[in-house]
Amino acid sequence: MYDFELVKPSTVEEAVKALSGDEAQPLGGGQTLIPTMKQRLAMPGTLVSTTGIASMKGVSASGGVLTIGGATTHGTVAKEAASSYPGLAAMAANIGDPAVRNRGTIGGSLANNDPAACYPAGLLGSGGTVVTNSREIDADDYFQGLFTTALEEGELITAVRFNIPEASNYQKFEQPASRFALVGVFVAKHSDGVRVAVTGASEEGVFRWTEAEEALSSNFSPDAISGLSVDASGMMGDIHGTPEYRAHLVNVMTGRAVKAAG
Amino acid sequence: MPTVSMTVNGKPVSGEAEGRTLLVQFLRETLGLTGTHVGCDTSQCGACVVHVDGEAVKSCTMFAAEADGAEVKTIEGMANADGSLSVIQQAFQDHHGLQCGFCTPGMVMSAAALLKDNPKPSEAEIRDYLEGNICRCTGYHNIVKAILAASGQEVTPIAAE
Amino acid sequence: MPKDHGIGASTKRREDVRFLTGKGRYTDDINIRGQAYVHFLRSDVAHGKINAVGTSEAETAPGVLRVFTGKDFEGVGGIPCGWQITDRQGNPMQEPAHPVLAQGKVRHVGDPIAAVVAETYEQARDAAEKINLDITELPAVMNMKAALEDGAPKVHDDLTSNLCYDWGFIEDNREAVDQAIKSAHHVTTLELVNQRLVANPMEPRVAIGDYASYSDESTLYTTSQNPHVIRLLMGAFVLGIPEHKLRVVAPDVGGGFGSKIFHYAEEAFCTFAAKQLKCPVKWTSSRSEAFMTDAHGRDHVTRIELALDAEGNFQAIRTETYANMGAYLSTFSTSVPTYLHGTLMAGNYKTPNIYVNVKAVFSNTVPVDAYRGAGRPEATFQLERVIDKAAREMGIDPVEIRRKNFVTEFPYATPVAVEYDTGDYNATMDKALEIADWDGFDARAAESAKKGLWRGRGINTYIEACGIAPSALVGQLGARAGLYESATVRVNATGGLVVMTGSHSHGQGHETAFPQVIAEMIGIDESMVEIVHGDTANTPMGMGTYGSRSLAVGGSAMVRATEKIIAKAKKIAAHLMEAAPEDVELKDGQFSIAGTDKSVAWGDVCLAAYVPHNYPLEELEPGLEETAFYDPANFTYPAGAYICEVEVDPDTGKVRIDRFAAADDFGNVVNPMIVEGQVHGGLAQGIGQALLEGCAYDDSGQLISGSYMDYAMPRADDVPSYSVDHSCQTPCTHNPLGVKGCGEAGAIGSPPAVVNAVVDALQRNGKDVTHIDMPLSPSRVWAAMNG
Repeated sequence: MYDFELVKPSTVEEAVKALSGDEAQPLGGGQTLIPTMKQRLAMPGTLVSTTGIASMKGVSASGGVLTIGGATTHGTVAKEAASSYPGLAAMAANIGDPAVRNRGTIGGSLANNDPAACYPAGLLGSGGTVVTNSREIDADDYFQGLFTTALEEGELITAVRFNIPEASNYQKFEQPASRFALVGVFVAKHSDGVRVAVTGASEEGVFRWTEAEEALSSNFSPDAISGLSVDASGMMGDIHGTPEYRAHLVNVMTGRAVKAAG
Repeated sequence: MPTVSMTVNGKPVSGEAEGRTLLVQFLRETLGLTGTHVGCDTSQCGACVVHVDGEAVKSCTMFAAEADGAEVKTIEGMANADGSLSVIQQAFQDHHGLQCGFCTPGMVMSAAALLKDNPKPSEAEIRDYLEGNICRCTGYHNIVKAILAASGQEVTPIAAE
Repeated sequence: MPKDHGIGASTKRREDVRFLTGKGRYTDDINIRGQAYVHFLRSDVAHGKINAVGTSEAETAPGVLRVFTGKDFEGVGGIPCGWQITDRQGNPMQEPAHPVLAQGKVRHVGDPIAAVVAETYEQARDAAEKINLDITELPAVMNMKAALEDGAPKVHDDLTSNLCYDWGFIEDNREAVDQAIKSAHHVTTLELVNQRLVANPMEPRVAIGDYASYSDESTLYTTSQNPHVIRLLMGAFVLGIPEHKLRVVAPDVGGGFGSKIFHYAEEAFCTFAAKQLKCPVKWTSSRSEAFMTDAHGRDHVTRIELALDAEGNFQAIRTETYANMGAYLSTFSTSVPTYLHGTLMAGNYKTPNIYVNVKAVFSNTVPVDAYRGAGRPEATFQLERVIDKAAREMGIDPVEIRRKNFVTEFPYATPVAVEYDTGDYNATMDKALEIADWDGFDARAAESAKKGLWRGRGINTYIEACGIAPSALVGQLGARAGLYESATVRVNATGGLVVMTGSHSHGQGHETAFPQVIAEMIGIDESMVEIVHGDTANTPMGMGTYGSRSLAVGGSAMVRATEKIIAKAKKIAAHLMEAAPEDVELKDGQFSIAGTDKSVAWGDVCLAAYVPHNYPLEELEPGLEETAFYDPANFTYPAGAYICEVEVDPDTGKVRIDRFAAADDFGNVVNPMIVEGQVHGGLAQGIGQALLEGCAYDDSGQLISGSYMDYAMPRADDVPSYSVDHSCQTPCTHNPLGVKGCGEAGAIGSPPAVVNAVVDALQRNGKDVTHIDMPLSPSRVWAAMNG
């Protein structure tokens, strides 16, 4: 990979300052960024590591909101959110593999917004807020297509807030090689309605399946969506699944998530 | 070039590392600890798994400078103090849990991390936990058996005429 | 009681200790003082004309020692092919040049264009980005049938077409086969793809060239299954270095599965560049690079017809196969679809008429060569799939139709040129049915149905020809090498032995199993025997390890050498005991004379051989060291029956393997633990082929599955615990150990069992699906059941 300077700030302020430099980029756990850099597909001049910033780590719940520091690993979320938000904790517990979960961070995952990643579905399904060093971004405004988010250059995700639903479940149908989501569906039953967020499937990245949300809001059972379908025309197609197959799986995984959420 | 210091297998070490120097390169090339292997470049095969501050990580997907000040444990530090094989290592030998040996260091390090968190895992839990460790030789059967045995659980004896 | 030592004991592997403590010594662990690093600039287009390779900027980049291009290799030989096939008309195959670095054209993504040698790897890679390439992209030749059409673009402009050969086997059978099919009661036809695979040993390839100017000797450290073969091919055909000035070392090797048999351009490059630059040159492949440079496996497209009489007796088999060679001919590539495939088309069955046609085709893809099983999995898969389909069409039980057609009398000469020496296919079938609990299927199917899952079962048998092979036979068939094996057994003065073998262990456990044989023969402890392998400087010329041949061929050489040792030792013992050599017996490490109390210990005889104070010097030379070269009389023929049970999720098409049973006949077994481990590994690779793995290119020749992100390797949770058995043993009749070889069986026998099981699950649930091409990914299974 190309060489760069690694800086390890201990506060958000120091990190933001470092990020204002030329070609500077945050480094979370690096579980996606480092492989990308090995292929020489990214060439940051400076990497600003977030793992030493204590204020960006940790999981806390209060008032129906789960707050996760931006530098918190998936492994930590899996353990520490288990009682307060089991649906999200279970999702985190199945990202990558154990060693990846010990490094990969929520901030890194959401900033990258891989179209097959799990966290985008978790956040969009929950509803909530991305907190950065400079502002708060509503989950519904945050995701803007493949690998694209509302983040500005040099902006750092310091925390993520999730609205804790009454019931929730995430169903990931794994792509056999990468074990990323071929289709992943996060279903959250909130007091004011159901949210269904789908990752892995669409050419536009994570999306809310509003038709299913409406049906499930009036009847939270798998039967409610059995007659629904998503349009295959906007779905991704590759050697692991045709658009039609992905569209079909969206329905199947949504039904399973609803059933598991109870 | 910046200097990186850490404790590896209980011994304080330091050496020069560029920003881009991976932990696995630092271990293999700077420290000569070649037991940790590199089998892929997409963070999937797990041949490079080591423990950093007690947690299993992929040393090919972490910069050496990120481990500055950390406690690192590699396969070279897994044997008992008297040099005999540890329980997990011995179980891998007893149950033929390795063939070419290339993935083995990562397997042993992952197994140790699993058993720390889950001292009596089921077969399904072991198979699930090994998602990030690829073995091309054993078909996993005897690796799973070795880990079950290392956790003190009953396993069928190895083949015999 | 199970044996605790010698032949038949599950001796724990001694090599494990170094692997488990991080002390293994793999090629990448070797660093030589002053070494430089090479990075290969590789083609990112599948097919193109090289107009210019501008290296001036790269040459002056920091740390760069030299930039090499195809021009530097104009006076150097090309990478050779080791097997010449003769086509149906009696003409030799078309054989293109294969330069070390591309000359004139690039022919696949990954074809090396230039090589930058620099002080550090990153400097070499940085400099490679400064090379100015001018390449005109040409249409890629990807589809094999289209490649053979008139006017198709050609991979090699100097050849007449993209056809390497059109091979008929046996051409004299053809008319009878056509007639039998025409007049048959029933003919079942199946068209299928045996998809391209990537071997993926976990250790990527590495090569280090070193040159000693003081002795004018070159050394290559490389990840090879057969260092002597590399020395011969590279020395004689590529670089023109005599073998006494060339040493090839293959230390601990992290798996091979065939892909490390072949001589690769990077090996020749590093050896060449080290001599040019007078410094060691090291190359370490990344996994991504491995996907586009390691020889791939399989890649056949086949149409098979099976003719049956009204009772289900097989009357004839006719096949037509297109075999992808890729862009160049890799070392053993041409033999795989022919003599390792056509000769196995009889399977375990007494089909009287068989004709096999294979068209080998060049394409703009990575070269294809042997991968675990090599030709035999392709034969087994098509045969066992078409039998399954025929059984269904004719309403005959899949076990019954197989039993009805089994070869039961041995030796049996097939219509495809091989003679099975021994076997008992009903015995392995019975055993497979037993360990699979065949009769308990219905109850398990009912349990699956309660979970909403469809259970199916698949059965098949296999036979393979391994222990490759008699040199005279393979020579007649076009092999440009012999296929014997060698061993030198050196007894030291204090009684310990060192065996220098031409076989090479890259996971098979020779360091443990070979001593078991010698310990049994002499009656000494296994710890007194050390195995040396993997270095041409200290082992006799040997052909290496592949084709499940180490114990059958290399082990036999060791037995022969040890027999010579024992014969000589008996003479020495006879002298010491003042008896006749023919009266001397050796048991438990003691020489004795029957009917007397005279005895002398193994160690005393060894000492006498090296301190010959009381020794028959006029009749016998001092010392105790013997070499044997063993060239077998025939292949060995392991066989078995495999049964797979799957659960298919009808909502997603996902297949889960619930049970897998394998009953094999490997003849005699030296170390059952190791044998079972070999079967386990083969099963995982076969299951991987059946369900997960597939090397995919797009129409422009770009490699889609170029990393583990898209090439699905079997993980621990993709496979079950297996039930394996090797208690059915019909010893090989022609090697001294009676062993057959077990390394490839699992990979050969398992894919059809899995596919048969999935098809069975769908059929039982009303889906008229007769075949799905591998890998049976969820997407494909779902498409098939909804098609």
